Amino acid sequence: MSTLTEAPPPLSPEAPGEKPPRRRGRFTPYWLLLPGMLWLIVFFALPMVYQASTSVQQGSLEQGYKVTWHFATYWDALDAYWPQFLRSVCYAAAATVLCLLLGYPLAYLIAFRAGRWRNLIMVLVIAPFFTSFLIRTLAWKTILADNGPVVHVLNTLHVLDLTGWLGWTAGDRVLATPLAVVCGLTYNFLPFMILPLYTSLERIDGRLHEAAGDLYARPWTTFRKVTFPLSMPGVVSGTLLTFIPAAGDYVNAELLGSTDTRMIGNVIQTQFLRVLDYPTAAALSFILMAAILAMVTLYIRRSGTEDLV
Amino acid sequence: MPFLNWLKRRLVVIAGLLTLAYLLLPNVIVTVFSFNKPKGRFNYEWQRFSTEAWKDPCGVADMCGSLSLSLQIAVWATVGATVLGTMISFALVRYRFRARGAVNSLIFLPMAMPEVVMAASLLTLFLNMGAQLGFWTILIAHIMFCLSFVVTAVKARVMSMDPRLEEAARDLYAGPVQTFLRVTLPIAAPGIAAGALLSFALSFDDFIITNFNAGSTVTFPMFVWGSAQRGTPVQINVIGTAMFLLAVLFVLVAMVLGNRRNKQKA
Repeated sequence: MSTLTEAPPPLSPEAPGEKPPRRRGRFTPYWLLLPGMLWLIVFFALPMVYQASTSVQQGSLEQGYKVTWHFATYWDALDAYWPQFLRSVCYAAAATVLCLLLGYPLAYLIAFRAGRWRNLIMVLVIAPFFTSFLIRTLAWKTILADNGPVVHVLNTLHVLDLTGWLGWTAGDRVLATPLAVVCGLTYNFLPFMILPLYTSLERIDGRLHEAAGDLYARPWTTFRKVTFPLSMPGVVSGTLLTFIPAAGDYVNAELLGSTDTRMIGNVIQTQFLRVLDYPTAAALSFILMAAILAMVTLYIRRSGTEDLV
Repeated sequence: MPFLNWLKRRLVVIAGLLTLAYLLLPNVIVTVFSFNKPKGRFNYEWQRFSTEAWKDPCGVADMCGSLSLSLQIAVWATVGATVLGTMISFALVRYRFRARGAVNSLIFLPMAMPEVVMAASLLTLFLNMGAQLGFWTILIAHIMFCLSFVVTAVKARVMSMDPRLEEAARDLYAGPVQTFLRVTLPIAAPGIAAGALLSFALSFDDFIITNFNAGSTVTFPMFVWGSAQRGTPVQINVIGTAMFLLAVLFVLVAMVLGNRRNKQKA
């Protein structure tokens, strides 16, 4: 037990019947939390407050800004940039669906079918993380180049006619079109889908598959009724981990897109770092934050998994 | 139709491998184009084979300086986030305290926030305080967003740990410090290592938050971003390839060592 130099155990502040994990050191948890929490409060929470305040200020760089509760900034910002907002949501949603469709088979493969190759495939999924994602995104410029093999094949198969008709591409190009941006977003956030999917698939007891088979379920039925429902936590956290960063991204739209594919991230970046219109930029960023938080809360409620963290 | 049956049974494997190919294709391109000798300023089209860039990786002005700056920031951000994050996770798992819900949300929120929002709001803070943008503002930002990931990684490990091991240590007359150093820390080590590794990778590769809060300081991702506008030197691909190979090598060595240790135990 504890030595005599320690403080005596506090008079149980917890509800009777619930046993605290440890009784010694009443203030220890607060000391442990203090530095990290201070860091998050000062450099994460406080900036949010500053941003909210900036968004209702008026003024100029030279004369300084004053809080005037000018909420019209929000309205003007939405009015001017709703296409970019809409585009961000559409691109991010498309990338999330693609990530799920592409990532699920690979996560399934690693969890159930890879055997002794499992570790190697895991390494290959994670390793690209260590090459700067900007370099890897630039590589898509080579892959999707106008006179490259991909565009050539798509042209020969008349796929580009179809995507052009849908408005995803323009002419004989893939680069500088929505398709290229979505392709880049999908690529960049795919590992964020695969890893949670794999974690939840890996927990599934293999005997459940056997049991389903013994009960005359065909493989597809087994997947639909057993595997997929059990992997839902992975699907939920995977889609969140893909959608949220994709919706705020501006790198793919800038490197692979054109002025017609600008997303809300591009607008915020330009307003903040080039135009220096801080109130508008702060308002846009605030709207993005609110929209994402609302969507995430709704989504988590509906999918019924609240224990994501 | 034996072929169709064969295909049906392996459909998942084939689809999975295709996804893997999609994931690795850019890395293959980066590697191949590190041996290119481009005609113009941009290295997007294959011209002819050359090893010039590999012989002179620092041949581009400012690139290796930005690389070393990024490494320094990543190391310090990793140290800072790992220490702070580990402390928080121990408090969360091992103690009861008020405001646990608030602490949990404050840790979850940075992970559920688009990077551009954190970047922009942090910049408004720094502008309001009149802070000089540069090394320190980048470091502060990196520690901030790495922290949550460390907490998640360490918490998972500490939670799965058997508390009776520590009780046993105390029953065997180990003091609190001794128990922590010789029992708790070694068991939590894989979680802490995972958190640290993740922090390093996140910090080293971070662009969006750095772009907002760096001022005129240039980290490696900022250098790559700038070069996408000015012209991409082949040396970027050399660095990218070397990083990929080092990462694979590092993980493989760790895996082989881990396997050997497991075999010795068995």
